[in-house]
Amino acid sequence: MTEFAEIWSYLSETPLLWLAATLGAYVIGDGLSRASGRKPFVNPVLIAVAILAAVLWASDTPYATYFEGAQFVHFMLGPATVALAAPLYANLSHVRRAALPLIAALLAGSVTAILSALGIAWALGVRGETLLSLAPKSATAPVALGISEQIGGSPTLTAVLVILTGIIGAIVVTPLLNLLRVRDWRARGFAVGVAAHGIGTARAFQVNETAGAFAGIGMGLNAILTAILAPLIVGWLL
Amino acid sequence: MILHLTIILLFQLAGEVTARALALPVPGPVIGLAALVLAFLASPRLARAVQPTANGLLAHLSLLFVPAGVGVVGHLGLLGAQGGQLLLTLIGSTVLAIAAGALVFVWVLRLTGDSE
Repeated sequence: MTEFAEIWSYLSETPLLWLAATLGAYVIGDGLSRASGRKPFVNPVLIAVAILAAVLWASDTPYATYFEGAQFVHFMLGPATVALAAPLYANLSHVRRAALPLIAALLAGSVTAILSALGIAWALGVRGETLLSLAPKSATAPVALGISEQIGGSPTLTAVLVILTGIIGAIVVTPLLNLLRVRDWRARGFAVGVAAHGIGTARAFQVNETAGAFAGIGMGLNAILTAILAPLIVGWLL
Repeated sequence: MILHLTIILLFQLAGEVTARALALPVPGPVIGLAALVLAFLASPRLARAVQPTANGLLAHLSLLFVPAGVGVVGHLGLLGAQGGQLLLTLIGSTVLAIAAGALVFVWVLRLTGDSE
């Protein structure tokens, strides 16, 4: 019988182990989320990340080793961004009719997301690379990482901040907009897509299909706008 | 399904090439997204064919964020020192951005007289 150490040294050199672990952790997270009746704070991403972080820590595995396996999942962010064309096309008639509100809400949401992140963090004493890493936090992950690098932030820190923003957005959107008495599904979805990218969009799709489609549109448009605005705002302010 | 996935990848590829060739600040996949919408408009047949595969990809959107999220392990020291401030910032900023976007959307809808 082969020693466990030998099997481990084989597994730790192929992408198989961490690819399987990533999917497995997500299946657990998704299962718990479903069992909770899709309560937003039982977030599958958060659970999967916590499980994997604990496993990496316990097995003393560097993130770079983990990522060699997980990169196949990470890669699919690009095609998924392109695939947002499907809900956008399916809802184009809604988009045309709500063009003005869309543009106004996009500008308001995008500028508020960047300025308030920088302003609150500055007031709390956050400076330097960490502060810059916050600027693109509402944009979708692949876009935010590129922006962060461009303006002098830390891309991996931005990745974490982007995910946390998405989870916070998914958790607060329903109670917040109920409190503000916003009932229009287009407004609700669009706002969470702009502020909380793909995780917010995934949440919106769970609640209502129109909200999900508008969230996808908001996420796509804010990816473009944040790529343009974040370097400008950071250049003016810092 | 493979054909439709290939179409999606080709649009991403075209987007990346365009973004790099023209040094655009907009990420390649976003350009691919816009180009694919235009292609759907030009050919509703293409839209009907690709939509099931595209929606299948989007059904598991959350999963795709997991590898980047695990990057948290590289920042545990920073999160320990400034985690409170960062969490407050993210909660405050996300609440403000959602509220601003939704309220402005509803407000402009009312101004333009569309209240569906």
